[in-house]
Amino acid sequence: MPAKRITVIVNGEPHAASVEPRLTLVDFLRDVLDLTGTHVGCEHGVCGACSVLFDDLPIRSCLMFAVQADGHRVSTVEGLTEPGGGLSLIQDCFWETHSLQCGYCTPGMLIAAHALLRRNPDPSRQEIRKAISGNLCRCTGYGQIVEAIELAADRLNQRTPSPERDGHDR
Amino acid sequence: MTDKYRFLGRPRRTKEDRRFIAGSGRYVADIRLPGMAHIALVASPHASARIVSIDTGAALAVDGVRAVLTGAELQQATASMQHGVHLPEILWYPLAAGVVRYAGEWVAAVVADDRYIAEDAAELVAVAYEPLPAVVDPEEAFASTGRLVHPKHGSNVLFHRNFIWGPVEADFAAAAHSLDFRARWGRSSTVPIETFGAVACWDSGDDILDVWASVQMPKYADQIADALRLQGNQVRVHFDVDVGGSYGVKRGLKHAILVGYLARKLGRPVRLIEDRLENMSGGDAHGPDRIFDVSVAFDADGTVRSMKMRALDDCGAYPGRAPLQLGKPVGSIVGPYRIGSVAYEAISVCTNKTAQVAVRGFGQAPTTFAIETAIDRVAGYLGLDRVEVRRRNFIRADQFPYTIPSGTEYDSGDYHAVMRKLTDLANYPALLERRDQIRKAGKLAGVGIAAAMEPGGGNAAFEPLFNPRNDTTLWPESCTVKVDRQGAITALIVTSSAGQGHQTLAATVIGETLGFDPVGIRVIHSDSLSSLPGNSPVASRMAIMLGGAAQKAAEIIRDRAIRIAAHNLGRDPSGVIYADGAVAVTDDPSKRLSWEQIVRICHRQYHLMPPGMEPGLQASYTLQVPKGGAMPGEDGRVQMYPCFSFEAHMALVEIDPGTGKVEIPEYYVAHDCGTVINPLIVRGMMLGGIAHGIGAALYEKFEYDETGQHLSGTFMDYLLPSSLEIPMVKIAEHCTPSPLTSHGQKGAGESGYPGSPAAVASAVNDALAPIGRRVDALPIRLGYLAGMLRTASGAAP
Repeated sequence: MPAKRITVIVNGEPHAASVEPRLTLVDFLRDVLDLTGTHVGCEHGVCGACSVLFDDLPIRSCLMFAVQADGHRVSTVEGLTEPGGGLSLIQDCFWETHSLQCGYCTPGMLIAAHALLRRNPDPSRQEIRKAISGNLCRCTGYGQIVEAIELAADRLNQRTPSPERDGHDR
Repeated sequence: MTDKYRFLGRPRRTKEDRRFIAGSGRYVADIRLPGMAHIALVASPHASARIVSIDTGAALAVDGVRAVLTGAELQQATASMQHGVHLPEILWYPLAAGVVRYAGEWVAAVVADDRYIAEDAAELVAVAYEPLPAVVDPEEAFASTGRLVHPKHGSNVLFHRNFIWGPVEADFAAAAHSLDFRARWGRSSTVPIETFGAVACWDSGDDILDVWASVQMPKYADQIADALRLQGNQVRVHFDVDVGGSYGVKRGLKHAILVGYLARKLGRPVRLIEDRLENMSGGDAHGPDRIFDVSVAFDADGTVRSMKMRALDDCGAYPGRAPLQLGKPVGSIVGPYRIGSVAYEAISVCTNKTAQVAVRGFGQAPTTFAIETAIDRVAGYLGLDRVEVRRRNFIRADQFPYTIPSGTEYDSGDYHAVMRKLTDLANYPALLERRDQIRKAGKLAGVGIAAAMEPGGGNAAFEPLFNPRNDTTLWPESCTVKVDRQGAITALIVTSSAGQGHQTLAATVIGETLGFDPVGIRVIHSDSLSSLPGNSPVASRMAIMLGGAAQKAAEIIRDRAIRIAAHNLGRDPSGVIYADGAVAVTDDPSKRLSWEQIVRICHRQYHLMPPGMEPGLQASYTLQVPKGGAMPGEDGRVQMYPCFSFEAHMALVEIDPGTGKVEIPEYYVAHDCGTVINPLIVRGMMLGGIAHGIGAALYEKFEYDETGQHLSGTFMDYLLPSSLEIPMVKIAEHCTPSPLTSHGQKGAGESGYPGSPAAVASAVNDALAPIGRRVDALPIRLGYLAGMLRTASGAAP
């Protein structure tokens, strides 16, 4: 298949490349740009491990071709960290509450959480559960992920975290 | 507990999480080697068939294809993979030759410059099959009257043994009542979000095969060497690969044999990353699939005197370690109860289905489901409260150590205290009232209860128990601790990790022992040639075993620091005291050696070392599992695992009478795993285990049709629970330290999963009780419940 020339703005930087039209966006990110933080779990759009932001909306990068991203903005987990490598608020809250174990779903989960807090900085518990329901996690049972997002919302809204959310057994 | 320790038992941030959060984990699919080729697999579309011919010509003609490997060549060149029980006539290779034995079995491997080309070419491999009838039903397989999956073996039965522990018949005769039932545990598995993958590179200059894989087993290198007929030290498995979830299943030997053979043959690195369908249908990673027939004998007060259990397990086409998953539950065959005698008939059969592998708990959750169903049924029969019946049967705190009829001694526990914490946490009477309110509003509602053991620490006892030719009694774990010339501490551990927090565990224990903040302690994963003996993160054992080995190694360092300081301070070692790296004279603390001084002596000042002391500052310790080392008795009595964690679950469910949809608005668990090393990690394990168990109870099943066709190869068909299905669980912790471990810790890695399927089933059955229905087959899926509710007379509106 003839290659097509595309330019995708990934984590703020334009990346030009010549790609086969059938190359998926996730393979483009991982194999062409070496951004291996985005993971492949099912390749049929269910698990959410490959979630990235596409023009600020969370999408499955396994269900989109790289050529469809030509001229668009894509953000991956690598783009969540602050300049200099510091963790963003949501990343830090994931660490504080131990919202992960194997880490494989984590980049996609962070993208979902990040997108939620951007459109709704003070979500209810049910809104949080809904927002991450397209991202499957096999390790955590989701509890500490919900806690992390609640903690991030508390901090965004400059609230003292409720004692329920201190990460201790209760 | 937190007062006794400085780092241990505190909710400290883990060492591992940061790299995963930053997207800088290094998983097998992230390994890039120059010239690396990619495999796509050709899989059997039939459950059972003769391979008539394979034409690889069209595939080989595709530009970029480097090889097409078939089973005929690979089986010639490699040795059969081994099974956990003695089955010399059942040969097992990564690629089928001659016949295929399940739908999804790998028939050929296409190697190409990239995965896209490999996939294109895989479609062009033309395999002609002559379909044969398949063995699908496990009871029919057991009868072995029809077709045999492995004709040379002469039967579809892989293992069959009757164990009788105690006066079962006399106890049944003496009991006031008995009841019996059948319970069914459906075929599901742990299904990590990362599939299995392996990369291999043959270095002809050094005659060594390097392997990177998403594997959890330190024995992997030996297994690969055996299969490829290499010397053990010609295979080096790199354990510094992050594993994207395992929970038992990430073993992938056939994958490594395939890439190892091809890498050597082609002279370039080769990688195989399963796609989801390859994983679900061909990855040989299914879990237990069991039919239980249970009888219990009990008195009018609910005391259960005796139990007979027949467990028939469908292993699929190749046994591997699957039959042993009937062996591990022997060590807690009575659960937390004082059941005086047990008859256990364990039967393992093969069928034309995807093979089974070790799954979280190694058979514990299915067995607990059967035992707990029995207890619920006893309560129902007698009209007694289900919590009360459990209380009446629990082993009492004053009875530990307690030996169960199958010969295993439970180390410690206080089941009544844990149950009390659970009923307090859930406010049990109020929970029953909430259930009744929901019922009044027209829904079905039920409260479920389960009590479950989590045996931890592991040992090899089920191997000799199920295989007389196997005399393994050692299940070690090792840790090396090194102090460098600047005084920084680095620990080496043996295996890869799949999210269990082994780096945090080792650093916490070493930091606690030596008085250093774990943040500054580096923990690295060895490779298989540089590591000491280890037996991997199975059996909820790493807190016990890696924790124990790390503490022992750190103690050696501390003792050496004490001897060096004592020597230089002119005192006997008993006259000095160690604190945070420094050593001071006990009765004159102004006389002291700092950590820096001690390190300097070890690394530079031989003249200041005590005579005969080994230079440097490093120590290794290989720990045998506590109470391991004994072979089973003739009667099958055995010490299976040393440490016994305990958990009690309580769930409230609502069932929509129209759709059959089950929701779990409330879920509580009380848990005792002894001393907790990191509560954030233990909490995560428990929550994840409960979620996995909810999946097994309500959603997850590898479904087969009557011809043996696999129907659930994708996440559209095999349903993993999402955040909307899993409730926010409330946990109460209790601590009964183990007398057998370094800090009183027990296992927690498999927690939640032993009890949650039973608790959810109990809740659903409590909800169905008012309409006179019951279901003892998991998973209890929406469609099945909807059908039942439609036909149930007197169903709720």
